[in-house]
Amino acid sequence: MNIETIYFITGFVLFGLGFLGLIVRSHPLHRLLAINIMGVGIFMWLITTGFNPNATDSVPHALVLTGIVVAVSATAFALALVLRMYIRSYTEEADHL
Amino acid sequence: MTLGLIGICVFAPLLAAIASFTYRKNAYFLVLITSLLVVTAITFLTFLLHRDGSFIVALGGWVAPLGIQWRVDGFASLMLLITSIIAIAITLYAKDYFHREEQRQSFWPLWMILLAGLNALFLSNDLFNWYVTLELIGISAVALVTLANSSRADRAAFRYLLVSLLGSLCFLAGVALLYRAYGVLDIFLLEKVVTQNLNTTISLSLILAGLLLKSAIFPLHFWLAPAHSNAPAPVSALLSALVVKGSFYIILRIWFAISPEISSNLVAIGLSTIGIFAIFWGSLCALRTQRLKLLVAYSTVAQLGYFMLFFLLSMHAEIRQVAFGGVVYFIISHALAKSALFLGAGNIQKLAGHDKINQLQPFATQLPMTMFAFALAGASIMGLPPSGGFIAKWTVLNAALVSDQWYLVIVLIGGGLLSAAYIFRILKLAFHSQSSLDFYKTNSVISPTMQWVPLVLAMAAIALGFNAIPTLSLLEISSPFDYLHTNGESS
Repeated sequence: MNIETIYFITGFVLFGLGFLGLIVRSHPLHRLLAINIMGVGIFMWLITTGFNPNATDSVPHALVLTGIVVAVSATAFALALVLRMYIRSYTEEADHL
Repeated sequence: MTLGLIGICVFAPLLAAIASFTYRKNAYFLVLITSLLVVTAITFLTFLLHRDGSFIVALGGWVAPLGIQWRVDGFASLMLLITSIIAIAITLYAKDYFHREEQRQSFWPLWMILLAGLNALFLSNDLFNWYVTLELIGISAVALVTLANSSRADRAAFRYLLVSLLGSLCFLAGVALLYRAYGVLDIFLLEKVVTQNLNTTISLSLILAGLLLKSAIFPLHFWLAPAHSNAPAPVSALLSALVVKGSFYIILRIWFAISPEISSNLVAIGLSTIGIFAIFWGSLCALRTQRLKLLVAYSTVAQLGYFMLFFLLSMHAEIRQVAFGGVVYFIISHALAKSALFLGAGNIQKLAGHDKINQLQPFATQLPMTMFAFALAGASIMGLPPSGGFIAKWTVLNAALVSDQWYLVIVLIGGGLLSAAYIFRILKLAFHSQSSLDFYKTNSVISPTMQWVPLVLAMAAIALGFNAIPTLSLLEISSPFDYLHTNGESS
């Protein structure tokens, strides 16, 4: 088994684990992490695609970089949304008291 | 010339997003001018398309394998046109709808990013570019839902965000596998090299699953109703009229490019079967729900089902073009009618202070134009002549009869009757007069613009019924099937 296959399989496992986590877990932060793990799995696939000892294909690298930028901003936005949900639920609880 | 016009479609909204975030005082005028600019550019593009046929623009002079190419053909220009028309309507409506300054200030930049993403999606032909536009659209759409400023809307938005990210990731996973096998991302290059094997099947299934989730096709529609119904009315209209169509557009594009040779008829039958389920399930939910905006949202689930019938019809080569015309007619007439319904529902909700159907009082004297808009848009949703929805159903019916698929007639008529039933749940409020006519004392919250915009959109949905020939001929300009056909001959 060469190193490329190991990375590819790891990527696949991460994708599957992330998907499982997204379905099984209910906490918003866990679900967000699960989505990120899925994303990392796909990035690993893409990176192994570009791997070639003689001539590295740099297109997948560019794709992964773009993907990381998208993932970071999406995660930041999702975290802000989770925070807002918490603050709102606390203030609503306070209103009930 | 064409590069400039295409550039305006995407970069003008992006610049407007930044500008409206910086100059908050003049944000509305910036956005309105941008929408007018975009509609002008797209009208010019459509004229050029009529004269010269389709054109391709390589961004930055980099051609296909490495660079990104944008392409305008009949389908793309029609989607761009309908988007820009709805864009103007939403801009005019949103100015009066959001009464709180901070809501309005957050709405303008997000809306412009969404518009830029949609226009870029319709112009792209590149799998990775589509991923980026999907994320752009998804994140701005979720942010727009949170403008409703309620905990229910926040929860719906978070769920929508997770679904949207999951959909994009499945799409990206499929794209990664396709790139691994073929080394290209451009859809027209991929079409030439793609072959049928296990890897292609897996990657196309991942892509399809992601996009079906994002288009809220039954049974992956569970997120649509809460997100669309809890959003502010102009946002609901955008989500139902344009955002779900974006991912469906990609499904169609990929289907044209890769699937006919690769996929078996089984996939087409499966897709259309879930479409039929969607029509009935969505309509039944719309009949049972107690809230007006949920009713309109479930109606979207049902209408999306009609789009899926295309796959069954496209199995027969001789009626492909007719069926394609039918499904595109469904897409554009639904976009106009559904935005009219959601904006109208927004007016009713503002007037009554809630949208519980059984507690609504007759509102026809306070909102006569909204009532009329509801009736006209409803006619198009039901598919009554002479509306755009009628032409769509008629075309699909024609295709079904030519190809001897009689049971589709039952689906179309049954779906039409069910939609009539749920539309009349609202329309009956106009005729029902035992309670006091001036129950709602004032309609000062509903400005004349907010009354006119849904009416004009609904009239446009009806007017589509009279413009079938020019619209369908626009679609034939470098139709995807011609492309396939000539391609098939050359190979």
